[in-house]
Amino acid sequence: MKISYNFAFFDEGSKREIRRAALKAVAIPGYQVPFASREMPIARGWGTGGLQLTLSLIGKDDVIKVIDQGSDESVNAVNIKKLIKKTTGVEQTEKTSKASIIQSRHRIPEVPLNEEQILVLQVPIPEPLRLVEPSEYKTKRLHAENDYSGAWLMLFEQIMKYGSMSTGADHPVLVYGRYVMAPSPIPRFDNPKLTCSKALILLGAGREKKIYAVPPYTEVVSLAFDDYPFRVESFENKKCRICGATEVFMDEIIDEKTGMASYQCNDTSYCLKKLNNSADNQGGDISERI
Amino acid sequence: MGYVAIKGGNIAINESINRLKFERLKGEEIIEINRIKAGMRGMIDQVMSEGSLYSEDLAAIAIKQAEGSLEEAVFLIRAYRSTLPRKHYTRIIDSCEMFTERRISASFKDIPGGQILGASYDYTHRLIDFDLLDETKEDCLEWLESFKSKNSIQWSDTNLRQLPKVSDYLRKEGLIKSCGNNDKEPIDITKKNMEFPTERSERLQILTRGQTGAVTSLGYAALRAYGALHPTVGELRIGSLPLYMQNPLNTADKDEDNYYIGDIRITEVETFIPKTIDKKQGKKEIDFEIGYGICYGQNETKAIAMSILDQCLETGDINYPTHDEEFVLLHIDSVESTGFISHLKLPHYVTFQSKLDSFRKTHKGERYDEDKL
Repeated sequence: MKISYNFAFFDEGSKREIRRAALKAVAIPGYQVPFASREMPIARGWGTGGLQLTLSLIGKDDVIKVIDQGSDESVNAVNIKKLIKKTTGVEQTEKTSKASIIQSRHRIPEVPLNEEQILVLQVPIPEPLRLVEPSEYKTKRLHAENDYSGAWLMLFEQIMKYGSMSTGADHPVLVYGRYVMAPSPIPRFDNPKLTCSKALILLGAGREKKIYAVPPYTEVVSLAFDDYPFRVESFENKKCRICGATEVFMDEIIDEKTGMASYQCNDTSYCLKKLNNSADNQGGDISERI
Repeated sequence: MGYVAIKGGNIAINESINRLKFERLKGEEIIEINRIKAGMRGMIDQVMSEGSLYSEDLAAIAIKQAEGSLEEAVFLIRAYRSTLPRKHYTRIIDSCEMFTERRISASFKDIPGGQILGASYDYTHRLIDFDLLDETKEDCLEWLESFKSKNSIQWSDTNLRQLPKVSDYLRKEGLIKSCGNNDKEPIDITKKNMEFPTERSERLQILTRGQTGAVTSLGYAALRAYGALHPTVGELRIGSLPLYMQNPLNTADKDEDNYYIGDIRITEVETFIPKTIDKKQGKKEIDFEIGYGICYGQNETKAIAMSILDQCLETGDINYPTHDEEFVLLHIDSVESTGFISHLKLPHYVTFQSKLDSFRKTHKGERYDEDKL
């Protein structure tokens, strides 16, 4: 009973169903469209929402890039890439500018995206109000009634308790003036990249069975108060120890011997590109510098 | 930086996968699929039930591949299921047509058709049988031979394909309210995302696919304290049900045009749950409600627990989590719960970095100094 899989894993009917949900999501920016999420060969919670979007969209001419927490070679990114390769055989790349579909977990690449690209974000908890209201039935109503007092109160309470908003990643955003949306847990640093993005941004939550979208050139505002403005993570006076970049999201690396912290670009492909572009570093191997 | 190193991830991952294969093969023994099918009935039943796909062959391959890890085997089956187009639905089955192998009632000693014990662990002592240590194929064949010769002389006038339901008896006696058929087309939860409040067809599907342990635990909670229901097993049946499909070319909807496509072996349970009903002028009355449980294969505990939860969710008492459909239905799926729990093993350094930034902001440069502790 040997059986081979269809192109891009799913049967064509399933792909069409998922695309229909994605189209609806594009038509209603920020609204979470329920869809019949399939079980995937990778675990629920490991990017199955993003993977379903990618596999439903991918064609033979696409070039795919997969990143996990900024890295092309992180375990999960490798795993997802392998599955896509196995079931589609499409070209893969690590260069952000070369990819037509970029699936990412928890980061938007540092290199600005263009109109030809689709960014697919993997989402664990798509409901921005879940922290304040555990019931799906109720949060659906709150969205319908445009009642986001819970989200505002959460931020307000943080200010009262800690003196500033203390959201980590996943700081809620308002999309096109209507729906409050969980930007998947991208760091606050990436929130500003959502607004008026040239690329279509699709967000997929497999376990929670929701698809939502930020269409190109759509206004996305991070929730904040006039007197307590939204602030991204601070990497002031820090620069990448490898490529020297500043004003990018960085990983904090602790030196085993000295215990001192140093910083390097979180977006590994950006870091590599910067290195390759600098004149004195043509063809250098990134690993030699670490 | 451990396993999130910038380079080398690929090599390490491939080695890990090799290592896994080594673990499966290092004992230098191969379990053939037919051995798994012959000897691991409980596992196969559980994998088919939680995997929501009735195929003993696929379940056996999955068990082999997963080295007997149930969550892993269920995962494989579900992922495979996603690649299968859903082209047809079977016709509605009346479970009275079950070819019954086992059938018991805890409500009545004497039920029409009689109690049929069938095969069950219930009447065994759970003592490890050390004779199994060196059981041989000859022993097995010999035993089978004598078992068959002893059983061949049995006869009975009970029609095992048409046993009456215990609940029908209660209905006839006027002890439970008979309700009309609900002929609403069931919602296929694998084709449409559940929306709350759910319909019963959705609830029953989620419950029957639920992880055996999770369904059992929540059913137990409802039985022990959260709602303190005390159901009585009205009838528990194990047997096979014939499945029919409508002739896709002939929509005349005549039964004789249906195609018979095979049998599924299932466990079916109806429990009677006493309910106090408030009547006028402070009077109270006791009524019986029915809880329904069904699952692939023989898995009696799960089916009974399912029947309890079915009844809990019908009532929807807000005081108990076991009666809250979101609490129950969204957390009992094996693939979902194991997937999300295991995703905690993925690197979270972007999100954690982001949280660290907030930490530093709120602590304003203060540090926890170990010396001060």
